[in-house]
Amino acid sequence: MNKKIIFALLPLVIFAALLLLLYINMGKHSEQLPSPLIGKPIPVFQLPTLYSQRTLSNEDFKGQVWLLNVFGSWCPSCRIEHPVLTQFAQSTDIPVIGLNWKDEFDDANRWLKQFGNPYDEILVDLDGDVAIDMGVYGAPENFIIDADGIIRYKLVGVLTTEIIKTEIIPLIEKLRL
Amino acid sequence: MKKTLISLLIFSQVVIGIEVYPFESEEQETRYQKLTKELRCLVCQNQNLADSDAGLAKDLKDKVAEFVIAGKSEAQITQYMIDRYGEFVSYQPPMNLSTLFLWVSPMLLLLIGGVILTIRIQKTQQ
Repeated sequence: MNKKIIFALLPLVIFAALLLLLYINMGKHSEQLPSPLIGKPIPVFQLPTLYSQRTLSNEDFKGQVWLLNVFGSWCPSCRIEHPVLTQFAQSTDIPVIGLNWKDEFDDANRWLKQFGNPYDEILVDLDGDVAIDMGVYGAPENFIIDADGIIRYKLVGVLTTEIIKTEIIPLIEKLRL
Repeated sequence: MKKTLISLLIFSQVVIGIEVYPFESEEQETRYQKLTKELRCLVCQNQNLADSDAGLAKDLKDKVAEFVIAGKSEAQITQYMIDRYGEFVSYQPPMNLSTLFLWVSPMLLLLIGGVILTIRIQKTQQ
């Protein structure tokens, strides 16, 4: 008799467990994928800059902690992120480097003239090859790279003041120790 | 005659630029088709590369075609994508510790079902 009750209740228990599992995962964003590049060296690159007419490589950034922000004038979320990034760039002393992803010069230039240029330097990735090497799949994306050129952090999506306060700044301080 | 040949040549090149990649053999094209079906589009995550029209999907398809033409193997190309985008990029997840449950669970369910069924049949026969 007891056994029968257990068997009758089993589907209900399984259903409850499924509900619990779904509930736990509800807040998680599956579109934010863990990057396999974290803890690995930044891919080798050599890119022209947007304004300064230089060619910069990954080696040029060694010896300092820096932030790489992937953006494009075609990217609506980048516009939302822009004031937050600007504020961060003004308040921090680490280099804030832009990666202009698959953008034409005129479009990028117009965008930066309109909203302001928060970057210390802007790398131009016209064909998107470096972005692929960096595992970029949606702008904006933010990377923090340490003094040895190792990628320590990646954020897919819009940078917020909250994320800067709770994740970015503590990480920068930790990496500088 | 010469002129038409030249214009035909130009025209065919334009066509190649739009849709088709200059594969050297049918085998290469099949490999390309197979790979783009197994690789996920990262922008629109429930589509594969072959079905996606997103900008990045186009870039990645170009990459796959480039590698196929260069003679790289399926495993090499898949690994290239996984190194950059993680195992999520592949619709064929590899067997390792974190995906073990995924692979084993159908077998496990089948086994449990089989055991229950055998016990039941034996009981009714008695």
